[in-house]
Amino acid sequence: MRFLMCPPDYYGIEYEINPWMSRSHQSNAQIAREQWNNLYRLLTLEFNAEIELLDPRPGLPDMVFTANAGLAWNGKFIVSRFRYDVRQREAPHYEAWFADHGYEVLHLPDNYCFEGEGDLLKCGELWFAGYHIRSDIFAHQKIAEIIGQEILSLELTSDWYYHLDTCFCPLSGGRAIFYPPAFDPYAQKVLENHVPDLITVSDEEAARFACNAVVTGEKIAMNDGCPKLKGKMEAAGFSVFEIPLDEFIKAGGSAKCLVLMIG
Amino acid sequence: MPRSVVEVSGHIIDSLILPKVLDLIISLGADFEILDVHIGHRRADRSYARIQIDASTPALLEQVLAKVKEHGALPSEEEQAADLQPSPADGVFPDRFYATTNLSTSVRVNDRWLEVELIEMDCGIRVDLAAMRAECVPIHRVKNGDLIVVGNRGVKILPIERKVPREAFEFMSSAVSTEQPKGLLIRGIAESMKKTRKENGRILVVAGPGLVHTGAARHLIDLIENDYVQVLFAGNGLAVHDIETALYGTSLGVYLDKTIRAGEGHEHHLWAINAIRKAGGIRQAVDQGLIERGIFYSCVKKGVEFVLAGSIRDDGPLPDVITDTLEAQDVMREKARGVSFALMMATTLHAIATGNLLPAAVKTVCVDINPAVVTKLSDRGTFQAVGLVTDVEPFLRELCQYLKEDDTAVERSSSA
Repeated sequence: MRFLMCPPDYYGIEYEINPWMSRSHQSNAQIAREQWNNLYRLLTLEFNAEIELLDPRPGLPDMVFTANAGLAWNGKFIVSRFRYDVRQREAPHYEAWFADHGYEVLHLPDNYCFEGEGDLLKCGELWFAGYHIRSDIFAHQKIAEIIGQEILSLELTSDWYYHLDTCFCPLSGGRAIFYPPAFDPYAQKVLENHVPDLITVSDEEAARFACNAVVTGEKIAMNDGCPKLKGKMEAAGFSVFEIPLDEFIKAGGSAKCLVLMIG
Repeated sequence: MPRSVVEVSGHIIDSLILPKVLDLIISLGADFEILDVHIGHRRADRSYARIQIDASTPALLEQVLAKVKEHGALPSEEEQAADLQPSPADGVFPDRFYATTNLSTSVRVNDRWLEVELIEMDCGIRVDLAAMRAECVPIHRVKNGDLIVVGNRGVKILPIERKVPREAFEFMSSAVSTEQPKGLLIRGIAESMKKTRKENGRILVVAGPGLVHTGAARHLIDLIENDYVQVLFAGNGLAVHDIETALYGTSLGVYLDKTIRAGEGHEHHLWAINAIRKAGGIRQAVDQGLIERGIFYSCVKKGVEFVLAGSIRDDGPLPDVITDTLEAQDVMREKARGVSFALMMATTLHAIATGNLLPAAVKTVCVDINPAVVTKLSDRGTFQAVGLVTDVEPFLRELCQYLKEDDTAVERSSSA
């Protein structure tokens, strides 16, 4: 398992582009650094992940959330086209890194928004994609063409769960965790139709970013404070690693947002 | 009723996007019809649906379009804004300009459909954004900087509706055959001409000199005298031989009533030309009493407009002949406006030239002894033309008979 991460050197709440963010509720740089280091150590030591690091850039606080960089798939990298200008400035750095590492970098048409693994996750043989808040459904259609896979678009309805990875987490064996109120009724039905074993999370634990977990095999790393889901996961045979990531929740992200799968 | 067509594609079945879009249309108070749907066979295959949306008001339609767009349903190619590009110079269209057909056409500009005025085949579409109007413009008329529609996007053509045939004219196809039941067809043409005149429609006749050579001029005069001709297009030849007949009783030197060649007959048409040139024109010749009969005499007396467009082999020509082809085209274009029935007889070039100027909605009949003429007219785009392969004299004789018989029949039934 290979991940791409970006150290939180310049992380902070410098703008407000989701309801979690408030410039008056700043993150603590030192604690953020410790939490990020803990996640890095957990993934390398416990999950045996190979982690590549991206150079952080001043003025781009959200580069720490590498999940939103784009989609890396079979030697191709589809670079994100962010909804907000403040994040669009990150894209050239992602593009440069992937180009330097031998990926064929692909761009979506100018008017299509797409925010990487934040809104596009593989579950078993199917891909699920969130749209309406950060990504556009047209981007999904284009990506489906590029990667030659079926992508099922799911409408996200809550600004609090603005990315698919904040309310849906694929597990091994085609199972998944999800938070139903973040989806419109059609999307809920699509998930029920295509994911036979769906584990729901409560309102409180969804707000603790229970769905924003990193999963490899039977191991799962998630923010702490989600005892109900932890119980369900352990009952299902998973090893659960709780790791405090509150400093990143201040910006609307947690474990999964800090990691991009690159192989 | 305001109507638009949208397309949605991708994995729209498994993701329930298609039912969601359809439900949305209904829940917003509009209606839909699925025009086309393709379902992908394999998992990675895309599916596609083309959906027609009908709304009670333009505002509701716009609201529905905006909403379904969020879920991936986009106006079909033809419903997107037309690409407008400035003409690079006088008389030059931008590259890849949209070339018109003779069918009723609309263009999408600033979220509105503009009906293209003065529709005519093989032209461009010029858009006036300030006035929000679109019109056909022939290539030689375009001005530097005029906004011209480029490509097919945002252009909608309305095909002519196919009706259940009720009258003879409607079931006539444009297929050209020498084996059609001519009597029935000619009766159908007569009925259609009568209907046109009853509705105050204008009838255009395009005729070649063969009409005079075959002795059919008297029938055309009959049509003119009975108000079945409002506009006449021809070349130098028809007028020259008609006037030759009026002055000398011959056509190309042959006596029409004796079918024998007159002495010095070959000079008659040249003397006729000279006489009219001396008089200053056809109207002047009629006014001076020089001509006292014939097609053009009747045209002048009945106030029928005529346009004589010249060609390279013309003798003379008569002073009335327009020798600048572009000018002739423009005059014909102007006089063809408002015409609802066109009868083309014994002429190739003038028939095709006129066919080019007419909207497809104009009922068009082409009569020629040579099937190639009728075929050529259809092949050049005047697909609506009904073709009759026959000598023009018996055709016109029979047409006049039917027109008169019908008159008598109408009179009889109204007096009974």
